[in-house]
Amino acid sequence: MIISKVAELLDAKVCVGEDRLSDEVSSACGSDMMSDVLAYVKNQAVLLTGLVNPQVVRTAEMMDMRCIVFVRSKIPSDSMLELAKECGIVVMTTKKRMYEACGILYSNGLVSLEKEEEE
Amino acid sequence: MEGPVKFVYEVDGENFTSAGEASISIKKNLRLLGYNPNIIRRVAIAMYEGEINMVIHAGGGRATVYIYPDRVEMILEDNGPGIADIELAMSEGYSTAPDKIRNLGFGAGMGLPNMKKNTDEMKIESVLGKGTTITMIVKT
Ligand SMILES: Nc1ncnc2c1ncn2[C@@H]1O[C@H](COP(=O)(O)OP(=O)(O)OP(=O)(O)O)[C@@H](O)[C@H]1O
Ligand SMILES: [Mg+2]
Repeated sequence: MIISKVAELLDAKVCVGEDRLSDEVSSACGSDMMSDVLAYVKNQAVLLTGLVNPQVVRTAEMMDMRCIVFVRSKIPSDSMLELAKECGIVVMTTKKRMYEACGILYSNGLVSLEKEEEE
Repeated sequence: MEGPVKFVYEVDGENFTSAGEASISIKKNLRLLGYNPNIIRRVAIAMYEGEINMVIHAGGGRATVYIYPDRVEMILEDNGPGIADIELAMSEGYSTAPDKIRNLGFGAGMGLPNMKKNTDEMKIESVLGKGTTITMIVKT
């Protein structure tokens, strides 16, 4: 799925990364705990979160993620957007809640790749 | 033979917002040096977890990174409270982080085990009341 499709499905507003909307992403994860994202996530390209602070962007960057979706209309700060821009990460915000946003993406083919072998 | 490339970062313990800057910088440098993305990611995750720990548990510290031809060595030193029981601290889910930190998205007790998982060698030296030094090696 290309990133612009993610924005369209979630009725989301793109804040930075307009130039990367045609990049492909194939998996996603949703979490408000960056500790869990760092420890369990593997090769996911999209992070959905309701948490807003600069460490969300840094966590996404460490994990080589391509896109951050803030749910529940959370507005990222200018410094977060600046950081995302530097890292080449697309940032968008949606009014939808976490459960619904994840469900929509999942049912449209964005899979989850959490490290099942460790469960 | 040439010595390793060395990077030193002061990690500000007062500033949660800037935590992670050292890790981002190392990541950029390893990219410029042309390392494999998986290696870079492992170094970045281990260092970032360590950096966040220094900020939230130890009031900041210093990160020194050496890039050798065959490995990346990270040394994270702080003058924080130290770790009383290292084995316990290393177990998944053990955390002393207050709710304030949990509200910022950290404090699940996953950091130290994740540092171990992402590195080839990890050594923790800690003296109560004096501080903690963590040395990690990722072979490249
Ligand atoms: N540099 C440090 N100085 C003092 N105590 C530390 C330090 N690093 C870790 N600890 C102690 O070890 C515990 C476990 O650390 P770990 O990184 O695994 O989890 P956490 O930081 O609490 O949560 P998470 O890493 O999931 O956000 C911490 O809660 C803290 O008590
Ligand atoms: Mg930690």
